[in-house]
Amino acid sequence: MYDKGKVITGIVLFVIVFTFPFWINVGKANIAPEPKINPEVAGKVCVEDKAFMKANHMQLLDEWRDSVVRDGNRTYMGGTGRYEMSLTNSCMGCHNNKAQFCDSCHNYISLTPNCWNCHIESKENTNG
Amino acid sequence: MDSARRNFLKIAGLAAAGLTLKPAGNAFGMGVIVPEPDGAAKFDDALSAKRWAMVVDTRKFTAQTRKAAVAACNKAHNVPEIKNPKHAIKWIWEANFKNAFPDLAGPHVPPQVEREPMLVFCNHCDSPPCVRVCPTKATFKRKDGIVTMDFHRCIGCRYCMAACPYGSRSFNYVDPRLHLGQTSVDFPTRTKGVVEKCNFCAERLARGQMPACVEACRNNELIFGDLADPNSSVNQALRQNFTLVRKPELGTQPQVYYII
Repeated sequence: MYDKGKVITGIVLFVIVFTFPFWINVGKANIAPEPKINPEVAGKVCVEDKAFMKANHMQLLDEWRDSVVRDGNRTYMGGTGRYEMSLTNSCMGCHNNKAQFCDSCHNYISLTPNCWNCHIESKENTNG
Repeated sequence: MDSARRNFLKIAGLAAAGLTLKPAGNAFGMGVIVPEPDGAAKFDDALSAKRWAMVVDTRKFTAQTRKAAVAACNKAHNVPEIKNPKHAIKWIWEANFKNAFPDLAGPHVPPQVEREPMLVFCNHCDSPPCVRVCPTKATFKRKDGIVTMDFHRCIGCRYCMAACPYGSRSFNYVDPRLHLGQTSVDFPTRTKGVVEKCNFCAERLARGQMPACVEACRNNELIFGDLADPNSSVNQALRQNFTLVRKPELGTQPQVYYII
């Protein structure tokens, strides 16, 4: 191979520059957030179990939305009983600490759900 | 040598293409489990009907009761009060006879009718032009006749506003939250860029309550009920009184009836 020295040096330099963002940040990863549950609702049971909600809450909310708006069905048979399908009244009724619960993960993954453009965060945050 | 390298490159290319299959599949939603709402149902005390309809008894209204009905609706649905008439949001509002019934307002209308405004709102037509033109099916007609909206789907094209001959629809040109004093938690606000209108209080009917405007009128000024039930209050009012609907010649078949 001609110019062996230059080629190999070039490849090594390329690999170093290309992987720069990875190795410069090794060990500096932000700690994954732990969404906090309000102490006063600790021990209460959610509509589905924690693992399911963690993975599927967005699909569940979409299903709730379609069911309520399109079919007029407003209650959901959850793990431990019947719940109103309402973000403000059911979900935020218990998880009324949006900043520590919803936002902690959504901010971590740089996600901005547009739910709260219209839906009111919680009863505590309203004037009326 | 050359042949071996060519084969190696082919295999390497195929392997690289294979690696992209799973992420591509995920992006198209393959393998994602979408939960179905289990046992979704209505509230036990929900009010239901085959065909909801309203009768407006304009003879009974006073300026005070009209204001009360409008205020009750605005409060229940977080309707903002915007001073600029071009940006105003209206679910239920006052209109003069000659504007509400332009085809009927002849030269000799009784002074009482000419002077006193009447309440107008969405007519929940049997043949709603707004539903026909909506490109996203954000506006739709429910089985019980209520013409309502899925605000999530509205893209703000305003075709429905052009189609509605009654001006029953308003567009949010500005963020409505900037013009809301108090917010009611039982109903969401809207966001800039969507259209909104009267929904016959579908969310209150679901909880067994009458519409907010009907509840605010204590003297049966507004009569709400099931048109399919011959004994309903609506049908009684329609049998006993001569009623008008707005712009019937357009064929929209409005389901809000006016006793003049």
